[in-house]
Parts: sequence; structure tokens; C-alpha cells
Amino acid sequence: MKILVAVKRVVDYNVKVRVKADNSGVDLANVKMSMNPFCEIAVEEAVRLKEKGVASEIVVVSIGPTAAQEQLRTALALGADRGVLVESSEELNSLAVAKLLKAVVDKEQPQLVILGKQAIDSDNNQTGQMLGALTGFAQGTFASKVEVEGDKVKVEREIDGGAQTVLLNLPAIVTTDLRLNEPRYASLPNIMKAKKKPLEVVTPDALGVTVTSTVKTLKVEAPAARSAGIKVKSVAELVEKLKNEAKVI
Amino acid sequence: MAILVIAEHNNAVLAAATLNTVAAAKAIGGDIHVLVAGAGCGAIGEAAAKIEGVSKVLVADDAAYGHQLPENVAPLIAGLAKDYSHVLAAATTNGKNFMPRVAAQLDVDQLSEIIAVESADTFKRPIYAGNAIATVQSSAPIKVITVRATGFDPVNAEGGSASVEQVSGSGDAGVSSFVGEELAKSDRPELTAAKIVVSGGRGMQNGENFKHLYSLADKLGAAVGASRAAVDAGFVPNDMQVGQTGKIVAPQLYIAVGISGAIQHLAGMKDSKVIVAINKDEEAPIFQVADYGLVGDLFEILPALEELV
Repeated sequence: MKILVAVKRVVDYNVKVRVKADNSGVDLANVKMSMNPFCEIAVEEAVRLKEKGVASEIVVVSIGPTAAQEQLRTALALGADRGVLVESSEELNSLAVAKLLKAVVDKEQPQLVILGKQAIDSDNNQTGQMLGALTGFAQGTFASKVEVEGDKVKVEREIDGGAQTVLLNLPAIVTTDLRLNEPRYASLPNIMKAKKKPLEVVTPDALGVTVTSTVKTLKVEAPAARSAGIKVKSVAELVEKLKNEAKVI
Repeated sequence: MAILVIAEHNNAVLAAATLNTVAAAKAIGGDIHVLVAGAGCGAIGEAAAKIEGVSKVLVADDAAYGHQLPENVAPLIAGLAKDYSHVLAAATTNGKNFMPRVAAQLDVDQLSEIIAVESADTFKRPIYAGNAIATVQSSAPIKVITVRATGFDPVNAEGGSASVEQVSGSGDAGVSSFVGEELAKSDRPELTAAKIVVSGGRGMQNGENFKHLYSLADKLGAAVGASRAAVDAGFVPNDMQVGQTGKIVAPQLYIAVGISGAIQHLAGMKDSKVIVAINKDEEAPIFQVADYGLVGDLFEILPALEELV
């Protein structure tokens, strides 16, 4: 089967972001960018399914600026077969991304689409589910285990009280949770080989999708800073402070 | 203008997060209706009718809605949503699962995990793991929103007397089915609703050592949480994880034991009223957000703390 994996270029998860002084957004100039950690897990899962003989081809798609080609190359170095970049310099909402992905799904006809459960920049956790609605495919969100069984896929999902297992008809959509797998690192030879793998660049117009947004960001602020605390010397002092100063126990 | 709130429940009890979501609806202003979708969920419908401020409860009782599979529930909600200005659900794993599907069916953008209501179309939500707060305005005809429960004080569960109406949707979409569920058992308060949370990290060294946290928690009437490091190391099950990818908590008192304080963890607990950090590394970032920090060996500190509280 063919698997489509969506990846997003985001600020590296180790970077402590700063809000711009004019409150227009977060300062992303000269900040290290990487593949969204949940997308790495999605790529890894697709590669494992290929190694098991379940998948025959892995197409990796990203929607974003020209520089997102770096993240596609990373995915190719990890084992994806070819890449598609839907180039757009605008910041797109999840619904716009889902519509663009729907157009790619229509073209590529994958049996399984794997996405991360959320991007660590917008923290939306929407795109996979929205793609589910647009395609009519079943969705297995927050997956911690994925098993393809004939024309169905069994997905174990992380839910609030524990774990839930659902059985979905293929084609289906899976969004990855942290414990699904541990992504591998790209080896140097594979990084070199990835440079020769095909990478197609298309525009939203070419896909026949107009991207509009009904959400406007008015301002972005730093969260209220916590006032500096104190270090106590002993357990007795801690308990005394909690009882008499903070009055929380 | 009326607001539809999707009740969070497990077919046995109405989840507390529903009360926080109704509080968010109240802040928006307008008639508040609650949808209870489930299998054999009549009692939940009656409980929802008692929530203060709710004027109508819609009950969709169908085997297809039993485990709230999004493929079945989303068309039901989207069908009803056309009569409402806002559709709200709690940002639980359930709400996060079906709401974006509802939004896409209605062809509108969704706002995830709002923490404040500025007006009927303007909301605040955290981005970048809570390191920035965005104020966003939506011009969508139907505003589909998930609500972070810790951002709103719950309304009273009693005092309302809403009318109950049966509704039906298209039922089973036939593309997915429920296989099974494995729920972690716990006698302690629920993590997201607890007044006090005691959390352990990699510094606990193994799962066995979490017993020190459990006994302290039992004495305090607290819930026990964990950092991702502790979950990944297999010390505790994943539903105990606090952080950007786990649960968001805002208790009166949060005690972080052997947790360094990575930004992903802070995203889940930094709105706690009082934070206590116990760590042997005095350079650990957790001390930058802790109101009270104690540097030392947690295996000496925990028993002493348990004795004194």
C-alpha cells in the first residue's frame, strides 16, 4: 500500500521562544527550525510499515515555505521514497492545510495517511481530524500502536483514562502520539542519497485550493511571569511556609 | 444566539470538565444548550439538565454514539450546529478527537484550547507550549471551540432545570468500530480536577519508588502525576503525564519531585497557584518557576515531608 506522511517545519522544540516587542507574534528570526517531533514519529511509523512489507511506497508531503524542503529531505533520508512540497509563504490554519492535504490525497490515493497529533508551534491538534472529515476516512488519533490487518487498521489510542483500541476501514488517517515509536536518526550516507530522491514542488493554486482564514491573530503576548520564589532550607520550613504563608495545606 | 456545549461523559457519569465548558459558554453569553451523545445515556441527560445556566439538553441515545467515535458523532454535532453561533467542547482527548472533524464538516476554522473569553468572537489561547498567549478573533459563522478546563472555574452542577429533548442523527457511519478499552484504575482524585498534585520525574529512579509519592499524596488527598521522562521510562502509565502532550493541570498546590522542568512539562502545570520543587540539582530550571524550592535528596525529603504534613 501507499502511505502518505505529512510533516511540518516548526521551531525546534528545545528553543525557548520569545514574543516580539510589538506583540505581533513570536520572534522566529535566526531561530533553529526542525521537523515537528510528532511528524518524526509519523515518518518512523511509515518506514517501519515499509520494512515489515506492509507499505510499498512512502510519499512525504509538507506545506509551507521553500525552506520546508529541508524537512522533506530529512524525511527522505529517514526512508521516505519521494517528497511533495506545497509551497506557500503564508501562515496557514489547520483547515487550509487539511484542504491542501485533501487535494494531495486525491492525487496520490494513499491507503493510509499518517500525521503527527499536533504541531508544537500552534498546538492546534486539528489537521488530521479535519482531513478525516474532508476525505470521509476514519481516523485513529493519538495512536500508540498501529497494526494493518487486511483491509482494516487496528489503532491503539491514548485517551484520558488509559488506552482505547479501534478498528478502522482503509483508507484511514492515523495521528501519532509520543509513545508510538522512537524515531531513528538519519545516517550520513542516507542523507547523501536523499538528495537524489524526487521532490516535487506545487502551489496551492495548482492544486485548485484557495486558502482563506476566518481567524485573525490580534496580538501575541508573553504569559504572565511568575514572581520569583524562594529556596527553603529544610522540610520543616517548607511545611511551615505551605501551611502559614501559602495556606495551601 | 445560542451556544451548544457537548457534554463529556463515559455513559456512567458526567465529567467535571463539562462544568468548566459551560462556564466558558456563560462568559460568551447566550442561551446554553447541552448535547449528550451516547448509548444508554439518559441519566447523563438528567444530570446535564441540573447544571446551572443550561436551558435545554439534547439527548442523542444510539449505540453508534456509545464510545463517541468521531466518524459517528461529528456528523450528528455538525447537523445540530447549524442552529448555533458557538459549539463548545472540553479539550479532553474526546473533544480534541471529534471537534476538528465537526469544524471541517462545517467548513470553519477551529479554535483549540481557549483559556479566556474576551468577547463573543475574541478568545485567548496558549501557543508554543504555553510560552506565548495569542488573542484571536474569529469571523466564522459558527465558532467551533475547545475549552481548556483549567482556564475556567466550573459552574454549579446543581440548580438548573433544563428541558430534555431527544434528538437523533445519522447513526453509524460504518467506517470504524470500537474494539476495547483499558483504563488505569485509581482511587485518588482525578489529576485534572485535584486541588493538590504531587508529580514525580526521572529522579524517582524506578516505578517502585513512586510509592513514596503515593503515600504522600494519600495524606494530602492529592492526585499523582508524572513527567514524560517518568512515563517513557515505564515508571507509571501514560495517563499520569502532565505537560504539553499530556494533561494540563492548575491545582492549588503542585509538588514537583525529581523533575528538571523542561518547557514541555511546564506547559502543563505552570498555572498552578503554588509550585514546590524538590530536586537535588539546584540549577534545575524547575526552580525558576517554583514558589518554594528545596534542594536535596528526595528519598530523605519525602518521608520527612510525609511525617510533617
